[in-house]
Amino acid sequence: MRYLPKSPADREAMLRALEARSIDDLFASIPAEYRLNRELRLPAQKSEPEILEWFQKCSHENGKGLPSFLGAGAYHHYRPVIIDTIISRGEFLTAYTPYQAEISQGTLQSIFEFQTMICELTGMEVANASMYDGSTAAAEAVMMAMRVSGRRRVVIARSVHPEYREVLVTYGQHQDMPLTTVAFGANGRVDMEELDRVVGQDCACLLVQSPNFFGTIEDVPALADLAHSRGALLVLAIAEAVSLGIVKPPAEADIVAMEAQSFGVPLGFGGPYAGVIATREKYVRQMPGRLVGETRDKHGKRGYVLTLATREQHIRRERATSNICTNQALIALMANVFMTVYGREGLKALARQNLAKAAYAREHFGRHGRVLFEGAPRFHEFVLQTTENPYVINSRLLEENIVGGFPLKKFYPELGNAALWCCTETTARASIDAVAATLARAQTAGRRRPEPEPEVVR
Amino acid sequence: MSGVKKAARHVNQNEGVIFEKSSPGKAAWKLPPLDVPEVDASELLGAAERRDLGHMPEVSEIEIIRHFTRLSTWNYAIDLGMYPLGSCTMKYNPRVNEAVSRFDGLANGHPYQPERISQGALRILRTLSDCLLEITGMQAITLQPAAGAHGELTGILLVRAYLQKQGNPRKKILIPDSAHGTNPATAAMAGYAVENLKSNSAGMVDVAALAAQMNEDVAALMLTNPNTLGVFEQEIHKIADILHGKGGLLYMDGANMNALVGKVRPGDFGVDVMHLNLHKTFSTPHGGGGPGSGPVACKNFLEPFLPVPVIVSKADGTLGFDYDRPQSIGRVRAFYGNFGMHIRALAYIMANGPDGLRQTTEDAVLNANYIRKGLEGVYDLPYPTPTMHEVVFSDRMQSKKGVRTGDIAKRLIDYGFHPYTVSFPLIVPGAMMIEPTESESKEELDLFVDAMKSIAEECANVPDMVLEAPHSTRVSRLDEVAAARKPVLRWKPNS
Repeated sequence: MRYLPKSPADREAMLRALEARSIDDLFASIPAEYRLNRELRLPAQKSEPEILEWFQKCSHENGKGLPSFLGAGAYHHYRPVIIDTIISRGEFLTAYTPYQAEISQGTLQSIFEFQTMICELTGMEVANASMYDGSTAAAEAVMMAMRVSGRRRVVIARSVHPEYREVLVTYGQHQDMPLTTVAFGANGRVDMEELDRVVGQDCACLLVQSPNFFGTIEDVPALADLAHSRGALLVLAIAEAVSLGIVKPPAEADIVAMEAQSFGVPLGFGGPYAGVIATREKYVRQMPGRLVGETRDKHGKRGYVLTLATREQHIRRERATSNICTNQALIALMANVFMTVYGREGLKALARQNLAKAAYAREHFGRHGRVLFEGAPRFHEFVLQTTENPYVINSRLLEENIVGGFPLKKFYPELGNAALWCCTETTARASIDAVAATLARAQTAGRRRPEPEPEVVR
Repeated sequence: MSGVKKAARHVNQNEGVIFEKSSPGKAAWKLPPLDVPEVDASELLGAAERRDLGHMPEVSEIEIIRHFTRLSTWNYAIDLGMYPLGSCTMKYNPRVNEAVSRFDGLANGHPYQPERISQGALRILRTLSDCLLEITGMQAITLQPAAGAHGELTGILLVRAYLQKQGNPRKKILIPDSAHGTNPATAAMAGYAVENLKSNSAGMVDVAALAAQMNEDVAALMLTNPNTLGVFEQEIHKIADILHGKGGLLYMDGANMNALVGKVRPGDFGVDVMHLNLHKTFSTPHGGGGPGSGPVACKNFLEPFLPVPVIVSKADGTLGFDYDRPQSIGRVRAFYGNFGMHIRALAYIMANGPDGLRQTTEDAVLNANYIRKGLEGVYDLPYPTPTMHEVVFSDRMQSKKGVRTGDIAKRLIDYGFHPYTVSFPLIVPGAMMIEPTESESKEELDLFVDAMKSIAEECANVPDMVLEAPHSTRVSRLDEVAAARKPVLRWKPNS
């Protein structure tokens, strides 16, 4: 086996040193009746070219880099080449969690820089080293808010990513966490009147996403005021990190739970991504996940260590702030390189292009359908209601080698024939124009006759 | 330093934090020309518009490459040498895995793209699932959990949902005192109380104590097997019987599955539900602390409760996702889990095949026993029980000179090795937990044994040498107390 650095003679010599007759002597502690006395029924050992070929075939069957208008929590942005150059260095790729600080300063300093940039972008005072993804970060942020406030009730906006809401329900199901969902108004933002009614003195936190699932930017200062007036925390989820280049940071929030995928992380069919939790300094001891801090060595030299570990499971066990151990360090490094490449001016320019592409698409698509939620600012996603079923439109687009927007019927049936469309800097004008032309045809077709619903393609 | 054979000192570059290199007007980016009309952001966003990005850096591409390359040289890594962190399974990360995970259709597939253009990804998920079921001897699986601890939570939620359906979710989870901290933390997240289970003098579950503690309040036992001492729980059949006899379930923490693959299957020795760490047993890179992946495999009676969605074969022969699962515990993560890690793990399984996986397990156990033999008598072995893929010594002999496990670990750095796991498991005072994995040659193991012997001599003769180690690193021991007392968690100008 090509990954094993031993010759048969090595193995024999080692067994002799152990005074063992055969390798099975070393497995004698396994009761005989349970031993597997056959080879596993798995595909036979493959050579490198065979492995490449097998996966190449899967890759071909998995779309061919088609232009896509899908967003909905996973965004296609250009990834600068040097991201992979850097994360492919074995010293980053094949290191473990930096427990031994003296020989982990590379990982530690890069996390420290990551934490700093997340703070700069979110307006928070501290950020952790990463969480699994945006959905679990949001759930953990809510549980953190419950610890901070000592309260149990959680109010969540229905405009938060539906899968993030599902994860929160899963995490909270045995945590004595009564959950109230609030509707969105005609402008796509959280319905403030309903919110005013449901956020009471027993409320631990309000969880809102901005830009929300429909791409609408919420009024964060007003939400924070309302939450704070009842002694509750505002937990702000961000699924599209690139929005931070041009949308005001949610500095009024108490905890930010974000997904960093947009920062140079490939779509990868849904993962691995990287979540992050950022918050105010006064809440840091209730925060889950790893934290890197600056300190000095005995000669006064600057260095970095994992710190405040007494929050964590390996010290605190069942009283830890979370059970999280392994997080998403290498993905956070991708985001780190991305943020460094674009930096202060590039992120702004990048976000502007996203804004412009979506504005153009909205204008052109809006001629052949109804753009919902006008009246509040948006980033790069919008909801288009059509006369025809969006699944039918998408099937037609797929024939033209374009992946259409995300049909909302599954999660928001009340919106009817609606889909969520996303444009990023990678969306070509020609693709937008092609979709507009197809929508024009759909509009006419939809007026003529309703088509049967095709097999649902999510 | 005369005893040091593996490493030599080498110049490496100083490097500040990136913000200290920043100055206005430098840039590492250029966008293509915009092919749609420019927009007025103020008009579109109004009060929500951001104008200033604070202290985000402005640097050029060469500075970024040098920055991160310099930083990288300050890390130890598997690619440099043995990384014997017990329980962490720091094995070689094959590069073909990296190559296939970057294929365009896989790296750039959107999780919501139509199923008919997702068949390649679905086939990977299905094939990996089938392989893992055969390896574990279990009957159903979810790949959704993002890491081992996340898998634990998923598994315990399955247990709870099943027991709830029987009419009583029960109150507590039994956890051996040798367990990872994630186990009790997980039980708490699933709403269970934790009850400690004492180990016996052989380092195994005390079966009599288990029988006494087991009752109708116990939902499950979370058992790591082989346990954190590297000891296979020989009475596993009795353990399973005791739990099942009182209606409880046996959860296996699969952190040490690399000692079992191809030799014995948890599904065959009474385990009801378990997680795997793809970043341990199945070679996906640790990346400085993730991403991991923690699939959960279970017996059929737990299958209805698996997280949504599950992969199904459709009537037309294609694969798809099934969301219509009324008894599901729900979703534990958005989308389908760390797909990129699934690709890598499957590539690893394919490269090995059944014989390669078995040989891998055998070599891992051989290596650990070779080290154990080499260091017996040099360091105290608190449990003489036979061990598998890892071995736990203690600093009992060295501590008489005031040298503790953490000091010996730091001295190993000077010898060119990453330290072992320090002070874990908690049942061994001054624990030194060593797991070489199969990836080490006999030569590297001999160097390690030599280094450990040489350090033992230093402990006896020149303890200060060990107490002040490491001597060869860029920074000496860092002040962790100060870091925690007055946390500095981000860079600030003039800091």
